[in-house]
Amino acid sequence: MSILVDKDTRLVVQGITGREGLFHSKEMIEYGTQVVAGTRPGKGGEWVLGGKVPVFDSVQIAVDATEANTSVIFVPARFAPDAMLEAADAGIALIVCLTELIPIQDVMRVRQYLENKKVRLIGPNCPGLLTPNEAKVGIIPGNIAIPGNIGIVSRSGTLTYEILFALKEKDLGASTCVGIGGDPINGTNFIECLEMFEDDPQTDKIILIGEIGGKDEEKAADYISTNMTKPVYAFIAGKTAPPGKRMGHAGAIVEGGEGTAAKKIKALETAGVLVANHPEEIAEMVQG
Amino acid sequence: MKLHEYQSKRLFSEFGVPIPKGKVASTPSEAKAIAEELGGRVVVKSQVLVGGRGKAGGIKLANSPKDVEKIASRILGMEIKGLPVRKVLIDEAVDISTEIYLGITNDRTTRQPVFMASAAGGVDIEVVAVKTPEKIIKVHIDPLLGLQDFQILNLAIGIEVPREIWPEFIQISKGLWQAYKNYDATLAEINPLVITEGGHLLAIDGKMVIDENALFRHPKLEDERDLDSEETSELEAKKNNITYIKLEGDIGCMVNGAGLAMATMDIIKHFGGEPANFLDIGGGANEEKVAAALRIILKDPNVKAVLFNIFGGITRCDLVAKGILEALKEVKTDVLMVVRLIGTNAEEGQALLADAKMATAKTLVEAAQKVVAAAKGDLHL
Repeated sequence: MSILVDKDTRLVVQGITGREGLFHSKEMIEYGTQVVAGTRPGKGGEWVLGGKVPVFDSVQIAVDATEANTSVIFVPARFAPDAMLEAADAGIALIVCLTELIPIQDVMRVRQYLENKKVRLIGPNCPGLLTPNEAKVGIIPGNIAIPGNIGIVSRSGTLTYEILFALKEKDLGASTCVGIGGDPINGTNFIECLEMFEDDPQTDKIILIGEIGGKDEEKAADYISTNMTKPVYAFIAGKTAPPGKRMGHAGAIVEGGEGTAAKKIKALETAGVLVANHPEEIAEMVQG
Repeated sequence: MKLHEYQSKRLFSEFGVPIPKGKVASTPSEAKAIAEELGGRVVVKSQVLVGGRGKAGGIKLANSPKDVEKIASRILGMEIKGLPVRKVLIDEAVDISTEIYLGITNDRTTRQPVFMASAAGGVDIEVVAVKTPEKIIKVHIDPLLGLQDFQILNLAIGIEVPREIWPEFIQISKGLWQAYKNYDATLAEINPLVITEGGHLLAIDGKMVIDENALFRHPKLEDERDLDSEETSELEAKKNNITYIKLEGDIGCMVNGAGLAMATMDIIKHFGGEPANFLDIGGGANEEKVAAALRIILKDPNVKAVLFNIFGGITRCDLVAKGILEALKEVKTDVLMVVRLIGTNAEEGQALLADAKMATAKTLVEAAQKVVAAAKGDLHL
């Protein structure tokens, strides 16, 4: 078991003919993910990756032809909002949007529409998901993780890789790793992932990787103290971040005294979460 | 991207928000000419992208065009919180009976825009927000439906806007929402919105922040960007698609990924060092980008040591190593460097750097400890 993606995931890649889309589709297929289709308006009928993946003009046609149930979006920021809406209307149940730099009001509108339609969105501006040895949807390097009983949910990209790698060094593996994205407004949040990990029989422990900005870690802490029976470990990046400066991710900013690492760490510790001082320490903590 | 008061009010007025008559000037004589045109008493307002302009002496009332010239020449020479005043707004003076606050921003928690109003508008709205938050009425806006009339009415009732000016209040609220939505703002604020002694509403100050990611839809605004409020080194980084933020410490950092960059700063601090910067070279960085990033880091005279922490995924460690060597050919430096390359092509990268005078590290902990020692002069190669 795992959450969200597994060997039954049937993936359509939106923007498969672009440089990034093509490269990562190849990586995902090599990992064992069932990449059943790609889309690119105007290129329907072509095949890519040595004739392995058919390209369709629209997600609807791709879904009708291949029964794809999950989409991953590699299209540029100006077209990504439309791509998300298109996938939702075509009946895709899980949309993973990797695209960064999408205007925030577009994200708010799309998110509201998807929520009304009960379609799950991961991202935008995220590395995607990895269920080791089953499926990789996105760009998380497959070779840095092994299967195991640790669920990971993170707002970050390479920081997540660092922690996956530190776990692997200690022979610790992941059930599923979910990158929820670094934007101020995103689809699936910490709490929804915690809930899924709590219900997943393969997951025994959970690692939450947060960063400065917003209140999602504090809300997750509240949720953990009342709803979680499985142990949760955390790392929060940005203790040294100055207020008012956006630390790379659009969502990583301390504003009006809100969103500091100190507040988040305090909330998590109060909820009984062990918080690590640095990425490698979290692997030691989880090992116990 | 922050907009000046005069820019914000101009955008608000496009959507039917009444603003005082006024114009912006860059010289005292221009200011005088505007005052003559307006006639009567005017306010001279410095246009800088920081708060607290009034308290810093950057906003003054003037009784005659001659006065305006004198005041403008003083204000135009000022620096407010480190920013030079290059423009002043000359607005007709208004007799104020009440000050209201109106603002729209994004609520990250509900993931919707939130419209806030308070009868306690004016310079101390932040204090109101902290001490008496009940005095701020909020309505959340469905991003698909937009601001509804009944919501505006709830705001008007909540902050006790006199009934006879409800129509004006509704028009202004709608205008503010339109400006926020059409210009992709992350903040649109009128503070204060005043009730004049004549009993009408007028937006006498305005503030807008535009979503940088949406500027492609608003090229006109991009052209008006005020570069004074941004660090030169940060702007140079942006040109190279690098995110750089200067800090006060002495250990430069170059990392791929924002979260990992923050974690790297934190671990330096954890082991007793002080980071000199945040720097994210982004995904898939090439030699040129790495070289540009290193040049930017080394421009900071405080930097005594540099830590490279690269977790190769899309980014290839051998290209990063080539970039480091490339930059070091141009920039002669005694600054000590600690390199940690891991992931895609890490071994090739390390081999390239074998002859360079650099410390290497396998783990992040080792890297941080080495660079902290280097900055303190305790690491010798």
